[in-house]
Amino acid sequence: MSTRLRWRKFVSHFMLTMTGLCALVAVAVLFFILGYLVYHGGTSVSWNFFTKLPAPVGEVGGGMANAIVGSAKLLLLACLLGVPIGFFGAIYLAEFSGGTIAFVVRYAADLLNGVPSIVIGIFAYSLVVLPFKHFSTLAGGFALGLMMIPITLRSTEEFLRAVPRALREGAMALGASQWKTIASVVIPAAYRGILTAILLAFARVAGETAPLLFTALGNRFWSPGWTQPTASLPVMIFTYAIAPYDDWHRQAWAAGLVLLSLILIINIVARVILSRGVAVPRT
Amino acid sequence: MATTTTTVPSAGPIAGSRSFISRLRDGDEIARLVTFIFAGTVVLITLLLVYELWRESYLPRHKFGFGFFVTSVWDPIFDKFGALPFIYGTVVTAGLALLIAVPLGIGAAIFLAELAPARVSDTLQFFIDLLAAVPSVIYGLLGVFVVIPLMRQYVQPGLKNSLGFLPFFQGPAYGVGFLTAGIVLAIMVIPYIISVSREVLISVPRDQREAALALGSTRWESTWKVVLPFARTGIMGSIFLALARALGETMAVTMVIGNTPTISASLFSPGYSIAAVIANEFTEATGDLYLQSLIELGLVLFLLTFLLNGLARLLIVVTSQRGSGMGQA
Repeated sequence: MSTRLRWRKFVSHFMLTMTGLCALVAVAVLFFILGYLVYHGGTSVSWNFFTKLPAPVGEVGGGMANAIVGSAKLLLLACLLGVPIGFFGAIYLAEFSGGTIAFVVRYAADLLNGVPSIVIGIFAYSLVVLPFKHFSTLAGGFALGLMMIPITLRSTEEFLRAVPRALREGAMALGASQWKTIASVVIPAAYRGILTAILLAFARVAGETAPLLFTALGNRFWSPGWTQPTASLPVMIFTYAIAPYDDWHRQAWAAGLVLLSLILIINIVARVILSRGVAVPRT
Repeated sequence: MATTTTTVPSAGPIAGSRSFISRLRDGDEIARLVTFIFAGTVVLITLLLVYELWRESYLPRHKFGFGFFVTSVWDPIFDKFGALPFIYGTVVTAGLALLIAVPLGIGAAIFLAELAPARVSDTLQFFIDLLAAVPSVIYGLLGVFVVIPLMRQYVQPGLKNSLGFLPFFQGPAYGVGFLTAGIVLAIMVIPYIISVSREVLISVPRDQREAALALGSTRWESTWKVVLPFARTGIMGSIFLALARALGETMAVTMVIGNTPTISASLFSPGYSIAAVIANEFTEATGDLYLQSLIELGLVLFLLTFLLNGLARLLIVVTSQRGSGMGQA
């Protein structure tokens, strides 16, 4: 073996080991985050955390019950807005549309998907908060729903497209109308994919903070109604983390742990649904 | 229903020879209309978003004009607004993030696409996907309590002692600042770079690698000199995608950048970014000019990410079309 060849082989081994290290570092970050949150948040998550209101400034204890309920309300609104538009829009794209309109809709959805979340917040502010002259749960839900639309739309469309054409033709050959074909053959065949798409979109907006800062605002108490500001878990984490009180930091860790667990569990469930007995070949 | 095969022109792409009347009776046209309305809403919302941002930033656009982007005074009391420090902070932190994330991300993608067995690669990719799902406020939380103390106590003094002669590594070590924000952003965008680059690398035809190996190149040489150049445009696409994410990222940056509108060559200095200033000052903005200046910043952010995302998608599509139609590795 010449020195040159030995050198080349050394370089090859060295660089490939480095790429392995890169991958290791990238994945290690996940476990570091998880471990750190479990270590710091685990000791602070208690029954009180889920059932009590935040304690007044200076007092130790209290929980984030209002933020948990607030987050649930916001996410419910987001689903009410994002899922129908995404789902039916995707049906139009995959089943009914010709070329130009589909291109425009897809382009708009991709554009919307790339908009920074803080800009979505500004949009929701000028569209919902300004006319009502009030920060509100509705505005926050609207902002989150906007973010769900493009994710649901694009992935649902992909799963609908993956349904083999032969299934559609079979149903229509039996005399079913087009919408009947879609409702009774295409959608059932793709439902796992669609469910995954919706779950992933849900998980994505569940952790969004920026669009809530000036729409749902925040609240130290129970939100009195849909047109009033409400607390939410991500915003609570933000305000508690940058506050100067140790007890608040403790609570921020607990909220972080709860939020991250929720999001990771939804992600894992979505992927399990998709990988187990898919009716349609994955694209 | 198939009895009414008249000469009426067909209505839809699949519907073929059935008449409009029969399609209407079957409900197809209604379903088409209803789904069309939902699809049209998406376009409407997007147009409305652009329009609202444009309309709501009328005052500063007319008062400051182009000067908005090149002046650095941000003084709400005297109604003077210049965006330069925020643009500077956004560009510097995003640039730093790419500087760190690109080598790491592409290295990891090479490992996943070229070296790791399919099973290992898929498992690791699963973890990478989970990492991409971690919300930014969690990164911010860890940034505040882990990265900032580390930077203050070890990294910044260390850099100052070893590379302190450079203008980048001077000044007091606060912990917060451009460098910290850049590092946290890098950690956040690495998963995006890995996922997209891995897909692109996997779509490089197998013969390319085999030809290089057959000519006597080592594994690394085939990767570096053949596979990477082949996938170059797609990888560039993943980098633009990551850049767009980094520019628009709000929470994590807000929590670690220090929130001081300064322009300083030192990376240790606290700074501010476009997204961070919107997040911090939007609810406190008194007066229309102040609020609309913030909205104009949002418009700038929107246009930046719009351009980058478009470019990224174009590059990724170009590569995956070139690599398609052949066997996968």
